Amino acid sequence: MIRVAVQQEAIDVATELDLHDAGGHGASASFIGRVRGDAGLTELFLDHHPAMTEAGLADLAHAAADRWHLSALTLIHRIGPMAPGETIVFVLTSSAHRAEALAACEFLIDRLKTDVMLWKRETFADGRVGWVEPREGDQARAGKWGA
Amino acid sequence: MALNIAYFAWVRERMGVADETVDLPAGVADVGALVAWLAARDARGQIAFAEPHRIRAAIDGVMMGPDAPLLGAREVALFPPVTGG
Repeated sequence: MIRVAVQQEAIDVATELDLHDAGGHGASASFIGRVRGDAGLTELFLDHHPAMTEAGLADLAHAAADRWHLSALTLIHRIGPMAPGETIVFVLTSSAHRAEALAACEFLIDRLKTDVMLWKRETFADGRVGWVEPREGDQARAGKWGA
Repeated sequence: MALNIAYFAWVRERMGVADETVDLPAGVADVGALVAWLAARDARGQIAFAEPHRIRAAIDGVMMGPDAPLLGAREVALFPPVTGG
């Protein structure tokens, strides 16, 4: 079971976990990415390409499923305006064994940074607004998984 | 040739529109030429495409380089490098 979603609404983590709990998988690994509120950030806005963003997430999910033995995979990304502390991304991988679930989860987190058509705009309390630039460290982390 | 162009992130903000349909002049045959033509067309294009090396493109949903031909394209998306999830 692969479930991928791009949505403006809040991510209901409990419901997503329940879906995997019901599957009788041996191990689940999850990641919750939240909006950091440092440096006086008041809003993070995510722009996306309606067709390409969802296709990119689906490609990524299938790449993980091809690489590891997963019994279930959920990948949900939010778009639009978000406040500090809100969940922006949720990754959940389930497998018979923990090593596969953990590795797939890390792979998905790393690749999300470089492979998915999303752009971040930050608004700060002092009025500054700016689009986030790509970070070299993100490229390096994504690159360690190979092509 | 009529072509739909979609803009994202700061490219969209600088262009002031999310998308537009343009009639390509003769000679604008690839992505790089399209970006150069938009930069020369008006003040907004000049600002949005002042640094062509920072622009990425997708033709009908597939990432393409500046040499990619526009012939047969329905939509060209122009945007900055992604900053991911």
